[in-house]
Amino acid sequence: MHSPISRRHFLKTSFFAAGTAISGAGIAKAAAPADADKEPLVTLIDISRCIGCEECVYACKDANAHKFPEPEKPFPKMYPDRVPVEDWSDRREVADRLTPYNWLYIQYASATTKAGEKITLTIPRRCMHCQNPPCVKLCPWGAAKQEKNGLSRIDAQICLGGSKCNKVCPWDIPQRQTGTGLYLDLLPAFAGNGVMYKCDRCYQKIEKGEQPACIEACPEDVQTIGKRSDIIKMAKDLAKEMDGYIYGLDENGGTNTIYVSPVPFDQLVYDTGDGKPHMHAVKDTMADGSNLSIAMAIAPVAGAAAAVGKFYRQMKEEA
Amino acid sequence: MGYHLKSRRMVYGLTLFFIALTGFAQMPIFKRYYIADIPGLGWLAQFYVTHAIHYALAALLMGFCAYVALDYFFARRHGSTTKFKMTENTKISASAQVKIAALCGLIITGIFMVVKNLSGVYFSHGVVIGLDLLHLLFCMVLLGATAYTWVRRRTWIL
Repeated sequence: MHSPISRRHFLKTSFFAAGTAISGAGIAKAAAPADADKEPLVTLIDISRCIGCEECVYACKDANAHKFPEPEKPFPKMYPDRVPVEDWSDRREVADRLTPYNWLYIQYASATTKAGEKITLTIPRRCMHCQNPPCVKLCPWGAAKQEKNGLSRIDAQICLGGSKCNKVCPWDIPQRQTGTGLYLDLLPAFAGNGVMYKCDRCYQKIEKGEQPACIEACPEDVQTIGKRSDIIKMAKDLAKEMDGYIYGLDENGGTNTIYVSPVPFDQLVYDTGDGKPHMHAVKDTMADGSNLSIAMAIAPVAGAAAAVGKFYRQMKEEA
Repeated sequence: MGYHLKSRRMVYGLTLFFIALTGFAQMPIFKRYYIADIPGLGWLAQFYVTHAIHYALAALLMGFCAYVALDYFFARRHGSTTKFKMTENTKISASAQVKIAALCGLIITGIFMVVKNLSGVYFSHGVVIGLDLLHLLFCMVLLGATAYTWVRRRTWIL
């Protein structure tokens, strides 16, 4: 299916957006820090409660089915030949990994408790919704967006499917479907390759004051969603109570998904690979950019000081 | 042309080349089109590496622009002591005016893009797309004007 957005509409929207951006007032308005009274929403996932029933997986599929791609076949030939065709449209039922049609899956992990007991943990895995999401911030096309409530999502009408978001995501979360989206209306043979899909934390339900489908459907109350400060306190209390461990609080500079486990995350044994994210410690991938921005603030001052210094020396020599 | 101006041109030329290269590397094209497969160019497909280099070069370019702009201002007012004499009648050429406008546009949109990438800063989606497109547009104008002045041997000042 062609994207419902036409090339003309896209260009019109782009020029309008460009016009807005050029206006300083527009930018100043847009660049508002997160409102203190609108703290980001964070999800707490208590792994010890999950029984792996997959109710959340199927609730996610149902709630988001209208967003799933309906690609047109045959796919346009893409050049060069190395460009991979990624087609999940005939495997929509796959539920044991992340795909464009499965934004949440249950990861099985084995572990040994402190008492020496061997256990199997089931872990709901999906987008972590980073506080400073590289998928959003580094998208060259502005197709991904972060909302003030902390969720990040990809606009399927704008995404070209270049998969940069997958490459810069520490967990390789976004998944691509070829043969859908805006690239079909531009240069399908030479640029783009479909649309990237991932959990958008049921933004349409949150807008209505409802909970994400996976949280609503869970019979074991594995997940809790709430204001960041409340959830962090809850996660720390829970970890203390079960003598457990926290994941997601500091990973990639902090995420809006916090897991609490009864065993250390680095001792979990699980399958990883395409569509199966890890649970390793993750450094802040955006930190280098943030640190270099300080250099950018200093550089013009240093340049101006050098010019003034040169002028001063010349005046002194002439005097 | 004095040594001072030659080194200036070299710093500007190299900065412009690599900042444009790392800027285009923000799009996933170098791997697709085998450029990153050329020995020594694999780093062009590493987004965090090109991102950091782009930022570092942006800092260098902004420092350089501030230096050159103020130096020009002082030299025009008080006369230059370098071999290239400037007076109050010294003027910026038309092609240079285009390049300066594009550089200003790149720096302004670039600053907003850097701010956007800081944690806890939210820009509206339309503004983000607008900034991306404008940054690319200013880049194309600058590269086009640079190519024109290079081929036609136009100078920055008259």
